[in-house]
Amino acid sequence: MSAGEQVLSVSGLRTVFAARGGAVTAVRDVDLDVSPGEKVGIVGESGSGKSALALSILGLIEPPGRVVGGSVRLNGQELVGLGDRELGNVRGRDIGIVFQDPLTSLNPVKKIGTQLYEAIRRHHPRLRKHEVRRRALELLHDVEISSPERRLDDFPHHYSGGMRQRVLIAIALANRPAVLIADEPTTALDTTTQAHVLWLLDRLVTEHGTAVILITHNLGVVAEFCDSVHVMYAGRFVESASTPALFANQIHPYTEALLGSILRPDRLEEGPLAAIPGAPPDLADLPPGCPFEPRCAFGNGREICQTVRPEPVTLTGILHGSSEVECHFAEERAARGELAAERT
Amino acid sequence: MNGGAPIQDPPALLQVERLTKSFPGRRNLLGRGSGIAPLRAVDDVSFEVAKGETFGIVGESGSGKSTIARCIVRLANADSGRILFDGTDLLTLPREELRRLRRRMQIVVQDPSSALDPRMSVRAIVEEPLVIHRVADPVERRSKVLDMLELVGLTRVQAERKPHEFSGGQRQRIALARALVLSPDLVILDEPISALDVSVQAQVLNLLRQLQTELQLTYIFIVHDLAVAEYFCDRTAVVYRGAVMEMAESKQLFRERLHPYTEALLAAAPIPDPAARRERRIILREEAATIRTAEGCRFRPQCFVGRDRDLCAALEPTLEQSVPGHFVACHFAGLLEDER
Repeated sequence: MSAGEQVLSVSGLRTVFAARGGAVTAVRDVDLDVSPGEKVGIVGESGSGKSALALSILGLIEPPGRVVGGSVRLNGQELVGLGDRELGNVRGRDIGIVFQDPLTSLNPVKKIGTQLYEAIRRHHPRLRKHEVRRRALELLHDVEISSPERRLDDFPHHYSGGMRQRVLIAIALANRPAVLIADEPTTALDTTTQAHVLWLLDRLVTEHGTAVILITHNLGVVAEFCDSVHVMYAGRFVESASTPALFANQIHPYTEALLGSILRPDRLEEGPLAAIPGAPPDLADLPPGCPFEPRCAFGNGREICQTVRPEPVTLTGILHGSSEVECHFAEERAARGELAAERT
Repeated sequence: MNGGAPIQDPPALLQVERLTKSFPGRRNLLGRGSGIAPLRAVDDVSFEVAKGETFGIVGESGSGKSTIARCIVRLANADSGRILFDGTDLLTLPREELRRLRRRMQIVVQDPSSALDPRMSVRAIVEEPLVIHRVADPVERRSKVLDMLELVGLTRVQAERKPHEFSGGQRQRIALARALVLSPDLVILDEPISALDVSVQAQVLNLLRQLQTELQLTYIFIVHDLAVAEYFCDRTAVVYRGAVMEMAESKQLFRERLHPYTEALLAAAPIPDPAARRERRIILREEAATIRTAEGCRFRPQCFVGRDRDLCAALEPTLEQSVPGHFVACHFAGLLEDER
């Protein structure tokens, strides 16, 4: 795909946090392309750099953090290096944002209606008062807030967690942005509420043709929502593939182990779970080789894994379409997966 | 089972009978509106936990699942009901005797950091309950602590470190060691893996299983994720707004769930396999859950089976046994089964 077709194109993005005893690189030269209307999942655990990546794309990294290299192009416009004011115009108009905790994103002392009016007016200053109100009602209706006329005058604490998150989705989509970045939007919600919010988000972005970057630790959410997925570990995408390909054949041992360690709601497992030993790595103290090597069932103890950082390998095949994997044994593991698939 | 003498149920270690706990109502901050009505957080809940069993309590936020746990360990005072621990009613027990019994039941919460004093070494943290309850002399205590740390997978060197030097999973191991050092019979685990990284959750579940076998523990496992309960618990109760909706052996609950709420919980959980992607047939509307039902079934406003049924609006269903060991509180439990 040529660069012109991407609504968002990130290349070589690098974000560093100053810390005691040196700098911590949270995002290490990440490339990410998003097509119009595409739903991209970024899955990772705490400390994987997934939230730092989202904030870097949005220009919201705050000291001691800093984007030190790379480029973020939105519809061809370079965002890295833009001033706060220009970035402010881009956010909310061209890129919508939804964060995990709706309470911190909504102002607790302002009515929901007022916050919606402000979001609408910010990018459409000339709209008349009644038009703004009508638009706000439409937005609440879109996110299935019942009797919206009555609820415009409520304060955020009158809303439940799921309702607040739906309001934030309404605000994020108010100006029909080309891209929506949602960072763990359903993590704080109950399962039944999560299902409603995801279903709603899916319907709205499909209607509007909005591309979505969904950041999550939940592989179930990825399977259900995303067209493609990037698995993030220690600041890098270690496996990138289409969603069906990734779940059919995990080439990176981390992806395989992660999927193997979680319980599926549609199956009844017995016996011990396939746990991953150890804990996610300390970014300030990464091993010289592959960051996953100490926990890797496949590469642990192998010399190349301990000493050499793996480079991304592009793989094409029946099973995985076109995947990119950072593992010294990616080709070997992919071939094995293909062989197994042929046999069945 | 192959005939012979009738099989005796193992004696219950814990019997919870008609437990009820309300929180008083209050006006909202601005003194406006109707404020918050009194809330029955736990409403007539009964269950038994056998020695050596793992009993799961599944529910979403506001279901009262943690309040049940807090009532059992007397961190909250129940309004009425009985909690029999090894035959003794905890709710009427004098303070001193309660203190002695409390040694035998411990609680482990979701966020281990809140239970771990940041200034103390791990060894001191695990030793503290022994000091409080005046168990053993310093030398014996020390060896008990180190044994316990080893059992949960921590080394002697790590014992001298402070909690902040550990990852979330390791901190949960420390909290477990602290809970287990008094050799309790009953351990209440309140969302013990929810705050942990996905890759670490399985480690902790496996450890809990191993400890249960080695130390002959009885668990009450409180969790919001039905899949985890079905995997980890022998029996599971599904609670909704303070009351038990369905209770059965976990396998039975997985295969033949009868309550629409249990069905909805299962349908809401995303499956990590796009090939199994389901059409969303059941979506619970959260706003409906805020409707207070004076009469009828408490789940009715959200229920896809009973929403428009007169019986469900008029009469609160009681928890009835449908087949031996399987309890359900629904007028139309059979209907759901037919649909499936």
